[in-house]
Amino acid sequence: MSAVLELHDVTKVYAAGELEVKALAGVTLDIHEGEMVAVIGPSGSGKSTLMHILGCLDVPTAGTFRLAGEDVSELDEDRLADLRNRHIGFVFQQFNLLAYLPAWRNVELPLVYAGVEPHERHERALAALGQVGLANRAEHKPGELSGGQQQRVAIARALVTEPALILADEPTGNLDSTSTGEVLDLLDALHRSGRTVVLITHEADVADRAQRVIQIRDGLVWQEPDHAVA
Amino acid sequence: MRWRDTVRTATEAVRTHRLRSALTMLGILIGITAVILTVGLGNGAKADVRDQINELGTNILVVSPGSTTDSDGLRGGFGSASTLTTQDAAALASADNAPDVQAVAAVTSSSVSLVNGDTNWTTTIMGTTPSWQEVRSREVTSGRFIDQDDVDDAALVVVLGPDTADELFDGGNAVGQTVTYDGTSLEVIGVLEELSSSEQTSNNDLAIVPESTYAERLVGGSDRNSVSSIYVKASSEGALSAAYQEADATLLNLHGITSADDADFSIATQESILTAASSVDKTMTVMLGGIAVISLLVGGIGVMNIMLVSVTERIREIGLRKAIGARPRNIRRQFLVEASVLGLAGGLLGVLLGIVGAVLLPRFADARVILSVPASLLAIAMAIGIGVVFGVYPASRAARLAPIDALRNE
Repeated sequence: MSAVLELHDVTKVYAAGELEVKALAGVTLDIHEGEMVAVIGPSGSGKSTLMHILGCLDVPTAGTFRLAGEDVSELDEDRLADLRNRHIGFVFQQFNLLAYLPAWRNVELPLVYAGVEPHERHERALAALGQVGLANRAEHKPGELSGGQQQRVAIARALVTEPALILADEPTGNLDSTSTGEVLDLLDALHRSGRTVVLITHEADVADRAQRVIQIRDGLVWQEPDHAVA
Repeated sequence: MRWRDTVRTATEAVRTHRLRSALTMLGILIGITAVILTVGLGNGAKADVRDQINELGTNILVVSPGSTTDSDGLRGGFGSASTLTTQDAAALASADNAPDVQAVAAVTSSSVSLVNGDTNWTTTIMGTTPSWQEVRSREVTSGRFIDQDDVDDAALVVVLGPDTADELFDGGNAVGQTVTYDGTSLEVIGVLEELSSSEQTSNNDLAIVPESTYAERLVGGSDRNSVSSIYVKASSEGALSAAYQEADATLLNLHGITSADDADFSIATQESILTAASSVDKTMTVMLGGIAVISLLVGGIGVMNIMLVSVTERIREIGLRKAIGARPRNIRRQFLVEASVLGLAGGLLGVLLGIVGAVLLPRFADARVILSVPASLLAIAMAIGIGVVFGVYPASRAARLAPIDALRNE
């Protein structure tokens, strides 16, 4: 299997006033196509920074990061935006749905920025909503949906561009246990259908779903225990 | 991203925050209304001037007593010195002296009170000759105008302006009735046709008597031959300047004045008088224009303020849009279009309110408003422009936001 994500000796340094904070201190990591990986670690461990780099929301200070074979380090903002649009589907803890748009309009958003025809956008958005079991909620606004349903709409939005990578940042952090189960089942199903899923979490039972767990501590991959240990 | 989608995104944002959008538009709306009305008032004033010139005739000269150093004919002792006489009028009427002059009417006037029973009305009484009708191009709706016999006999007859007749006879028939001035009864022999679009009420509110009657039996005065002004009608519009030269030369000669600078009279065209009069309207236009510019500026600052609030409030939305693939320019355009939609809506509503104002204003004030389509379109374009100009800063702030900072924001 080819590596979808390749990090080589990636460091990220933030300047906080006089201080320089080393959020990542040399991370080397490969994530292969079709893998489901959980990144765990306490707050301040650098896992958010890792997620930002994996999501092309930020670029490394040093080291190389390749997404689907493309070196991200040197890209400008426009190219990064295009890369995110084409290759990455985000699922956030806060859902980040636009409250004034119905579910299907939220789902079609990445396609809007990709410049897809309105008719095709509508069809693909409805198909993605069907995949998350919310075909009958297409016209509902986020406020009319439960938390679990909202996160499923967000997953549909992540799916709609058929990205190489689904990046879920604490996707169950705001959900009750029933909804958590639903959302994780959905991510599982995506994984089984061949998608690469990276799950960032601090909950062990969420990490349990993953094939591989990467533990981050103090800006380094502390250990890469196999599934059984985690 | 397609333009259609950018516009849709922007209009949705405007519609989502209705009250805020409405308040933002208000500033621009008021500014555009002011612009529309200013231009409308200016046009109205111009049209009035044009109408008056057309009604009175462009080929008219007015000779007034007193000197002037200013070519606009308003400076100097306007009617202060009685240097014009009926002899001057007669000289001007002579084809030998002034071949380009078609008709001449000398006028002597003063403000008097006319009485009909219990009704009392103050108006301008003018003593003149039958040629006045031709010179001023006025018609008589009922009865007749004064004729030469009236002048020869110093007959006690009067022709009333339409407004004057209405006031004294309460809208009833005036011809054949009598009005009293200072104990002297005058028979009303005719009523003048109304000059419809005229702003100058003096054209419709006046009383005309034969010049002999005026001088000998009514007002009198020390010099019974002196007149207030002489109206001279050139034979055609093209002959106006020739008539002007002839009248000037004739009067200088008659008064024994060698240098034109020492002239004890002045000659003005209708146009120059009305142009001078319209300078008052110009002042008002400049003032209203100033208000318009200031309120547009305030409106623009309002747009900027609200757009900045909007960017801050929707920082997560911006972060999300960027995360899922919006380029900085997509975000910038979204907010710019949003600002221009606010401008456009404000502009359209402003024009609408301007139209309402154009209908209502003449009912409450003595003003004529003529709306101009190009000015309205320009005003709308201006409103959009203001939206864009004052939207640039907020929009580029939104575009520059780093997606991680925007998403992290709670």
